[in-house]
Amino acid sequence: MISKESIIASLNNVGPNTLYELSKRLILLIPASFDYVAPRTLDEGVKFLEKQGDDAKVLAGGHSLIPLLRFRLASPKYLVDINRIVGLEYIRESDGYLHIGSLTRYADVEASQLIQSKYQVLSDAAGHIADPLVRNMGTVGGNICHSDPANDLPATMLALGASMVALGSSGERVIPAEQFFVDTFQTALKLTELLKEIRVPVPSAHTGSAYMKLERRVGDFPIVGVAAQVKLNAQGICENVGLGLTAAGPKALKPKGAEASLRGKKPGEKEIREAANLAAQDAQPVSDLRGPAEYKREMIRVLTVRALQRALERARGGT
Amino acid sequence: MAVEAPVIHEMGHAIKRKEDPRFIQGHGNYVDDIKLPGMLHLDFVRSTYAHAKITRINAEKALAHPGVLAVVTGKDLEAAGLAWMPTLMNDKQMVLPTDTVVYQGQEVAGVVAEDRYAAADGVALVEVEYESLPVVVDPRKALEPGAPVVRPDKNTNAVFHWEAGDKQAVDKTFKEADVVVKQDLYYPRIHVSYMETIGCVAQFDSIAGKLTMWMTTQAPHAVRTVASLVTHIPENKIRIVSPDIGGGFGGKVYVYPGYVVAAVASIKTGRPVKYINDRSEDHQSTAFGRDWYMTAELAAKRDGRILGLRINTTSDHGAFFGDANPSKFPAGLFSICTGSYDMKAAYAEVNGAHTNKPPGGITYRCSFRVTEAAYAIERIVDILAHKLNMDPAELRKKNFVPADKFPYKSALGWSYDSGNYQAAMDKALKKIGYAELRKEQEEKRKRGELMGIGISSFTEIVGAGPANTFDILGLKMFDSCEIRIHPTGTAIARFGTKSQGQGHETTYAQIISEELGLPVDAITVEEGDTDTAPYGLGTYASRSTPTAGAAAAMASRKIQAKAKKIAAYLLEAREEDLVWERGKFFVKGSPDKAKTIQDIAFAAYTNHPPDLEAGLEAVHYYNPPNMTFPFGTYVCVVDIDRGTGEVKVRRFLAVDDCGNIINPLIVEGQIHGALAMGFGTAFMEEIKYDSDGNQLGGNFMDYLIPTAVETPRWETDKTVTPSPHHPFGAKGVGESATVGSPAAYVNAVVDALSHLGVTHVDMPLHPWRVWQILKDKGVAL
Repeated sequence: MISKESIIASLNNVGPNTLYELSKRLILLIPASFDYVAPRTLDEGVKFLEKQGDDAKVLAGGHSLIPLLRFRLASPKYLVDINRIVGLEYIRESDGYLHIGSLTRYADVEASQLIQSKYQVLSDAAGHIADPLVRNMGTVGGNICHSDPANDLPATMLALGASMVALGSSGERVIPAEQFFVDTFQTALKLTELLKEIRVPVPSAHTGSAYMKLERRVGDFPIVGVAAQVKLNAQGICENVGLGLTAAGPKALKPKGAEASLRGKKPGEKEIREAANLAAQDAQPVSDLRGPAEYKREMIRVLTVRALQRALERARGGT
Repeated sequence: MAVEAPVIHEMGHAIKRKEDPRFIQGHGNYVDDIKLPGMLHLDFVRSTYAHAKITRINAEKALAHPGVLAVVTGKDLEAAGLAWMPTLMNDKQMVLPTDTVVYQGQEVAGVVAEDRYAAADGVALVEVEYESLPVVVDPRKALEPGAPVVRPDKNTNAVFHWEAGDKQAVDKTFKEADVVVKQDLYYPRIHVSYMETIGCVAQFDSIAGKLTMWMTTQAPHAVRTVASLVTHIPENKIRIVSPDIGGGFGGKVYVYPGYVVAAVASIKTGRPVKYINDRSEDHQSTAFGRDWYMTAELAAKRDGRILGLRINTTSDHGAFFGDANPSKFPAGLFSICTGSYDMKAAYAEVNGAHTNKPPGGITYRCSFRVTEAAYAIERIVDILAHKLNMDPAELRKKNFVPADKFPYKSALGWSYDSGNYQAAMDKALKKIGYAELRKEQEEKRKRGELMGIGISSFTEIVGAGPANTFDILGLKMFDSCEIRIHPTGTAIARFGTKSQGQGHETTYAQIISEELGLPVDAITVEEGDTDTAPYGLGTYASRSTPTAGAAAAMASRKIQAKAKKIAAYLLEAREEDLVWERGKFFVKGSPDKAKTIQDIAFAAYTNHPPDLEAGLEAVHYYNPPNMTFPFGTYVCVVDIDRGTGEVKVRRFLAVDDCGNIINPLIVEGQIHGALAMGFGTAFMEEIKYDSDGNQLGGNFMDYLIPTAVETPRWETDKTVTPSPHHPFGAKGVGESATVGSPAAYVNAVVDALSHLGVTHVDMPLHPWRVWQILKDKGVAL
């Protein structure tokens, strides 16, 4: 017997593509009733969450939340639409960081010359989320705050070593990506906080990055995805590596063993294969309609090779 | 009253579709666009179990919810004698269950409310208690002794046993054979995924005692007759209207429980009631396609000459046998499975089974099971070619029914009207550059790259059908056209068919234009309203052009015959001295002495011969003398990623022959659409169930249909072999590519792997399925 309650109860104990595994057993496509709030300023938004955060859901692009509402997996009392808050959509470099406002749309990330030239993994990932209609609406902040392991940006942020800036009534706090993603649909963000921006360290010279995604069909959630960023020194020795795995476990994963294996080495075919094997070992995929676990693990390996190769080409000046 | 220099746009012109301006500007009128004053909304509580006893339904909370007016259960319908309804295949089907549910997603109770949201809230508040029963989801297991019995009213899961051909003669060919190949082939369960889901608006007028149903149906007249027979509402008091339909593909021939509950709810409340399936409801409860387990065997001589074919099939029909087949054909037209090949003997057998899954089977542009038949023969022929180490194109050519053997009597009894298979094959191979591709493949193999070329040379059978064999519940499968020419030379034509996107408003007008010389724009085509359209059996199985299209030509010819009498009167000439040139009659030898069809139309109402009735109208009910047999050769070229198992379709060429073409643009559009659907079937679509009967993938997040990104740039071409028995030599075409293409995709992938000893891969060709083979064969990267 499948009840809504049993499904929600099982939410904490499932692998990637969770919503989609569960939703196929549900056929309600009309949301329950809710109240709608549309703050005009960050301050107004935070004040409302301070009071009603437990009963509220924040609506940004809506491409994860609306399906949850339609399947009645989420039935919040309040929907807090932050789309009218001015000044949360920006992409700029300052103080050694790339700052991305949490309401920035995927399409703007995809089109940004700055991101295309220095943060290729981000433009690769943003450019392959769903389809153009979704990319015009979906937001970077929403993608991250949903903490769906099948979303592309959590792994990307892990590879980039990004941090999230949360805003609550007592002010801002900065949360590193590694600590931000707690579990499936769970982040370190409190119910009373809003995500304000994402900060990515500006890469030094000889840095390249790439995102590789395997999907059943364009617009589908990935079978798996791999994000990679590689920093070389002038001699071509690998100084730093960031990796992130999509749809490879209950949350986006950072395969640290694979990252460490490349540091201090000149990355050739053998080293890349070794790192990819380690990344595949770290993956915790589950079998579902997007393929058996064994296949997904192997694809983490294959895509890690391809992502690292691409990132290295870019670090060496290729595109 | 002549129109100046009319642009006729008769047959053969690739004119843009007349219906498209309203569709592309958002002015289509679909069932969900219909809003009536006081209209209520119906939504369904659906079974979470695949098989269970209902121990209790508690609607109290739902009824207490604001806006909820009623909760309808099977017990309520039972009191009205409507808990069950007949199916098209002489079975019966639950409208709502009285005590047992037989598949997940089955309607359990209907909630009627003032608005759509209140109806959904009500559904969430109805409490249903179940006691689970053993489940069977695999039709092969369902037929084993001791399997759980699906139906509470039956003691077996066996639905039917059907066979065709001479079993002993086939056995003899297998004894004579030098080589025999045998392959299990599963054709997965799929859903057509039309853009518009199933729905209706029911409006009962209690003063007139008349029930009007706006309904997503491909066969409005048959629905009206059956509804009248079941409910005893006089047939003149039932009006079925099919407004614009967003795709049907066979899934909208079925009569769904929701239609009946909506009608009952409207009769009970006296208010109009709307019922529209959500996408998930639609995927989980409405008619599926295929789900056939076939074992195909082919007997041949060493030189590749095919002697005999044997196919054993177990078919899944879900909990109710409701296939939208002609009634005498429980296995559809599967006996077309000898395809394009001349062979001595063939035998085919199908055993149908009930399972705890939704009913269906005949949908998804299948031409009544021709998809399964074409897939089986085109796969097994390829397997034979690889076994004999022969080029699959050569093997096919060696066995084609020769062009001079038509009309050809097939081993399973069909009389093929016309064909030239070799010509289509030659054209396809030349155009794709087959020899060069084979060379490229050889070079790539040396480098370890995987590339494959797949061929499918299918034969279709469409246009049901001749009245002596084809009927649905006794209603003969003719179709009809009624034409009225107005005094000022324009016309309205009505048909018994119903377009769901096929472009009838354009093609039918072109047929009449061809026959009468009226401009296409002067002809309005109407379908789908049973109060106005002549009786017909509807649109499915590529039958509209072969039947109603023929009726349009025949009705036009009746009008032309009357027009000739009027012209003779006007020209003061004898009928036999008149010559018809498209759009006018003139006196033989005096082309100036002419009367246009427009002149004649005006005269028909103002100055007709005294001994002739006024008016210029005709109706024709066309009974086709035979089926039509379209065919073609498809060639698919694929590359396989050895790292991921992904298959990239690099090229796909379709050479089709559907006889004379009415509108090349529409035919090409039909082929493009069906190629994409075939692609979906081959690579991504499948409705799976776990052993508890839970449907996996009942929405568009999990059930994928292809996009323009995955599909290649389609290449198309044609040969033209007219049907000898059709009034203007046309054949149906709507399903050719869903019938013909899946085997081409699979053959290409198997061809890419054949040097590794691979003989078959079941659809869908998921990347992990291909990767597993690469891994097993030691070639995965």
